[in-house]
Amino acid sequence: MSELFEDYATVARRTVAYDEMFDGANQPRAEYGPVAAALEELNLTDVTARADSMARTFLDRGVTFDFAGEERPFPLDIVPRVIAGSDWDVLERGVAQRVHALEAFLNDVYDRMTVVSDGVIPRRLITSSAHFHREVAGFDPAGGVRVHISGIDVVRDDEGTFRVLEDNVRVPSGVSYVLENRRAMAKGLPEAFGQQHIRPVEEYPRRLLAALRNTAPPGVEDPTVVVLTPGVFNSAYFEHTLLAGLMGVELVEGRDLICRGNRVYMRTTAGEQRVDVIYKRIDDEFLDPLQFRADSVLGCPGIVNAARAGMVTIANAVGNGVADDKLVYTYVPDLIRYYLNEEPIIANVDTFRLEEPQAREEVLDRLDELVVKPVDGSGGKGLVIGPDASAAELAALRGRILADPRGWIAQPVLQLSTVPTMSGGQFGPRHVDLRPFAVNDGENVWVLPGGLTRVAMKEGSLIVNSSQGGGSKDTWVVDGQSDSTPVLPDEARLRERVSVWPVETGWRDRQPEQQQQQSDDGKGQADA
Amino acid sequence: MLSRIAESLFWIGRYVERADGTARILDVHLERLNQMPRPVQRDVSRQLLGVMGSRPESDDFGLPELIEALAFDRSSATSIAGALGAARENARRARETVSGSVWEGLNTTWYGLTQHRKDVVGTYRFCHWVIERTAMVRGLSDTTMSHDESWQFLVLGRSLERADMTARMLSTRDVHASGLSWVNMLRCAGAYESFLRTRRASFGEQHAAQFLLLDRLFPRSIVYALSDAEKCLANLNPAYQRVGFINDASRIVGQARTFLEFHQTDDLMLELPEHMERVQKACARASDAVSRTYFSQAAELSWVGEVS
Repeated sequence: MSELFEDYATVARRTVAYDEMFDGANQPRAEYGPVAAALEELNLTDVTARADSMARTFLDRGVTFDFAGEERPFPLDIVPRVIAGSDWDVLERGVAQRVHALEAFLNDVYDRMTVVSDGVIPRRLITSSAHFHREVAGFDPAGGVRVHISGIDVVRDDEGTFRVLEDNVRVPSGVSYVLENRRAMAKGLPEAFGQQHIRPVEEYPRRLLAALRNTAPPGVEDPTVVVLTPGVFNSAYFEHTLLAGLMGVELVEGRDLICRGNRVYMRTTAGEQRVDVIYKRIDDEFLDPLQFRADSVLGCPGIVNAARAGMVTIANAVGNGVADDKLVYTYVPDLIRYYLNEEPIIANVDTFRLEEPQAREEVLDRLDELVVKPVDGSGGKGLVIGPDASAAELAALRGRILADPRGWIAQPVLQLSTVPTMSGGQFGPRHVDLRPFAVNDGENVWVLPGGLTRVAMKEGSLIVNSSQGGGSKDTWVVDGQSDSTPVLPDEARLRERVSVWPVETGWRDRQPEQQQQQSDDGKGQADA
Repeated sequence: MLSRIAESLFWIGRYVERADGTARILDVHLERLNQMPRPVQRDVSRQLLGVMGSRPESDDFGLPELIEALAFDRSSATSIAGALGAARENARRARETVSGSVWEGLNTTWYGLTQHRKDVVGTYRFCHWVIERTAMVRGLSDTTMSHDESWQFLVLGRSLERADMTARMLSTRDVHASGLSWVNMLRCAGAYESFLRTRRASFGEQHAAQFLLLDRLFPRSIVYALSDAEKCLANLNPAYQRVGFINDASRIVGQARTFLEFHQTDDLMLELPEHMERVQKACARASDAVSRTYFSQAAELSWVGEVS
């Protein structure tokens, strides 16, 4: 292997994590073949130059996230994360299955709650979720879909098996980096692209727009779709502009919208224009000051009433947060069995429900070896990793758990799988997770091949969030190596020339004459 | 299109043109200022800043302060850096509407702002760099954006600002005791060669001023810029009217242009300051009128409850 991989095996042996590129004998796995071959050719100078140029491109294109009021480029590592097509096909089905189950669960929760009366999940668990909104109970959303866009976070355990870590069915973000990473990688590591088929990601915006249009309120011929952003200071603002731009729809802020007669309009230079589908990128609590936080200026008053009247589709539907509550997460395998009558394709990570006294007791005894998470947090907020925490932190955590057992879950510390990542002039194993994105158009759930791989940049660190120094990797789903160039069918190569211009009599004959004329003109000018 | 986005585009057009105009003015005057004795230099610096529409904050205002105020001060929209920053911020808000290359052009320009030395020599280079970058952004917006409503707003802002900037350029000749040579004035607008070819033998400041004020074919002349603005306004509001104009902005711009075109005078140089003041006022009023017509939003958010 190249000098850049010199210490890799030694470092990799320090952890029990599954390495996705190298097997136990330190040989690249089959799906990483072309990537390993491409990296083999590079030395440190090449890699540094390419990494710099990729970072520069991101900064110029404004592929940034907002961190403490400052725009930062999202660090992209030069080694892609590769998933074999056969592994992916299973994962894809598992993600779609989960989305179907959560969709059914949400429909039920805001309707008759048969899931409660059938004893699958306790009622108090649903009603005590911070994101269960009674405001939207009792009506079907226009278009009939609640989870239009979802991001199901998965990780690989030390056996290499995929497991679901959490569900995101409110406002999953990160898909813009998937699109931008692929563009950047095509320039950063072009050698690895040629020899294999990598499933493309660029159809995402088209799929998303099709799904949003498909779920418009009934009777609308040509639905107007908008993306609703909290504004330029939001950390994901770049993603909002990218998606609106790629879908060719307006990016609106709350102040651009107005509700009248249970219809939503946007203020344009040509007056008010009706809006049919809103791709909502703000939190439920800020959406409608009439229903939720009265002090919010990010939303638009009346929007929830319009949705209730079936005049506007909100994607994702309001109140979805109850389904990605981390305590509800522990019930999802049961929900899949209950609603779909299927066995879950991807398993959960083992989780302790801290409101159960027995589990709580066990967890409190082993606090220093578990990960404890708040049930409604996102972005790694409030998460405590036992082995890394100080005694004081653990004592504080113990107090918080006892005060609000419903608010926390605990999981064993999972050694996330590792992928080689450039750091300090060497490739070293770094832990990664994966967020596949699924789009539900009401008929099918389509899963974007690949998704966002986030990587912790520090050795041994398990925190992959961008707000805490994480980076990302382009994620490739590859279908075997293609050795030969695809052969074009004969009819494609030999396309017959068909003329559609009216035939000018004798234009072929006059051509030499005209050329003669032109060269004469040229001479004339030179003389003058 | 959204009113908010239209407003952003209008201001992108204005700010980019302002950066360009300011760079041109600064470039030409730096050359002159450098050759002056200190006390005169300080005097002229203050006046120059006044022409560009702001006032020195302290009494201690000389050449370095002028450079800071007109070129590098990011907090003021009068300076080049400030204008480019504002243009970039507006483009960020309208990013899904402007083409990717326009956004990238503005974004990289903004990142490049810090890459320059702030002494006199560095400022020369800075001015040239700005003229180049703004030309690139203009070119990209003309060739990569559809010439629809959004582009019309961009060009409208650009044309109004251009008329205003040329007016300021002409006004700056008075700040020098001996007057700025007409050659420099033309160079400032990039009009020197065009002027020479048009006028052949008729040199002189009267003709130069006339060229920058009234020429119907030179794009940076005031009359040309104003008629560009008129065209944009007509495209934005194509309703045909037999009589008059309902659009305030059209009326203001049209009046300013026709007055200049039909005005007869024996001594243009004597009247120049008045003309320049009127043009600048007309541009400001037209800009306000455009805001009122297209961008203003009902400020209060009210909910109209109804029985359903």
